[in-house]
Amino acid sequence: MKVHIDPGRCQGHGRCYDLADDLFGADDEGYGQVLGDGTVPAGKEHDARLAVLNCPEHAIELLEEG
Amino acid sequence: MAADDRFTEDFREAREEELLGTISEVVTGPVSDWSTDFSHLEPEWSADPYKIQDDLRQRCPVAHTDRFGGAWLPTRYEDIAAIAYDTERFSSRAIILSNFRPPRELAPIGGSPPISSDPPFHHDARKLLLPAFTKAAVNRQEPATRAFCHSLIDALEGQDVVDAASDYAQHIPVRVIADMLGFPPQDGPQFRVFVEDLLEGINLPPDERIERVSRLFDYLLVQVHDHIDSPRDDLTTYLLNVELYGQKLGPDHVVGTMALLLIAGIDTTWSAIGASLWHLAKTPADRERLIAEPALLPTAMEEFLRAYAPVTMARLVREDMHWHGVDMKADDWILLSFPAANRDPAQFDRAAEVVIDRQVNRHAAFGLGIHRCVGSHLARMELRVALEVWLQRIGDFTLADPSAVTWSKGQIRGPRTLPLRIR
Repeated sequence: MKVHIDPGRCQGHGRCYDLADDLFGADDEGYGQVLGDGTVPAGKEHDARLAVLNCPEHAIELLEEG
Repeated sequence: MAADDRFTEDFREAREEELLGTISEVVTGPVSDWSTDFSHLEPEWSADPYKIQDDLRQRCPVAHTDRFGGAWLPTRYEDIAAIAYDTERFSSRAIILSNFRPPRELAPIGGSPPISSDPPFHHDARKLLLPAFTKAAVNRQEPATRAFCHSLIDALEGQDVVDAASDYAQHIPVRVIADMLGFPPQDGPQFRVFVEDLLEGINLPPDERIERVSRLFDYLLVQVHDHIDSPRDDLTTYLLNVELYGQKLGPDHVVGTMALLLIAGIDTTWSAIGASLWHLAKTPADRERLIAEPALLPTAMEEFLRAYAPVTMARLVREDMHWHGVDMKADDWILLSFPAANRDPAQFDRAAEVVIDRQVNRHAAFGLGIHRCVGSHLARMELRVALEVWLQRIGDFTLADPSAVTWSKGQIRGPRTLPLRIR
């Protein structure tokens, strides 16, 4: 499972890095950034989903991989 | 050091000329029908806007009024989001709905960039502010904010009933923004007057309104000159020195942004803190749960922001158009109610209830799209610290007299009198 932020939609609300700071961080202007390559470690799936479901801009995608 | 000659008398005169726009007739008095004659400045709205908005959402989702020279009020999340995202057809050159429309030439910069700006200028003006308002940057203000909240509680010592709006909530954002802008902390009481003049004096006669607004600009100019004479590490000096497109900002831009930061940071956060305390005072189960489970506060706070979103914005329609079933005219106002969006049952389960452990909460309290509140991280820090300190220090509190609670009027909603019994 991977997370991805669409920079065209992100407005820097920061809900992702508030709710899942193991998966997301902020850039110098407060826009959300995926940490590393976005792979969600085991045990962090719930946090990833919370971030997706709480983004007011629908900017985060969860890519389920085989 | 070279003299900064941007802020002369000529600049004041030029600014006053810019204020020439369109003035419409002031209409006040009881609303006949909320779908055709709404006014967010009448007491019925202040008392309970949600009842009105919920009713409109059912029977007339894009309401109209002839007041203010013509305005629309959408109440569905979907429509409010569509307008927030559509900066092509809806301009931000005025964001406080009033009887005065600034001239079209004021776009795309507007009087208080970047909130009053349209693309493409908006992006560049906003970029200048973003680094000062990231979560990491505002968290540096947290220790001072916490200490200040404790000092406010210390000052309540010995009283059984306190006004949580005027003795507590109000002072917190005033102090924080004064520190950030580098204004004297003892000027705080004046800021409240500026805020009321700008946000609540909507239906005053135009001359009086202009007079009141110019008091704010007189004050800001004093601060500008003080910072030109003695620069320091704060947002005012930053705005005086920062460059855009290879040159320093125009005087209107500097002073307009200072006005924005001062006004937008105060009433809004004051309202959010007050509304949260009001809810907790009248809902013992939620209060006791938050004291028992402090880790739930960040989640609960988002729910308070959803249910009691303090901020409604405005837009101006650019051109005549048929939009979502209504005929909008150029220069019609839009009252962009994020509180109404946040209570749309099509978007939120149990929309009318306050559910403090709501896990999925895509609320729009800080707006949607390119105008997302620049101060949202600051507001969240202040709200969290204010509630943490209050719950730690006061814990048990109730409404001393529910009928004595008063609410602001206009686009920012929050309690202005909030008597709480604290022991």
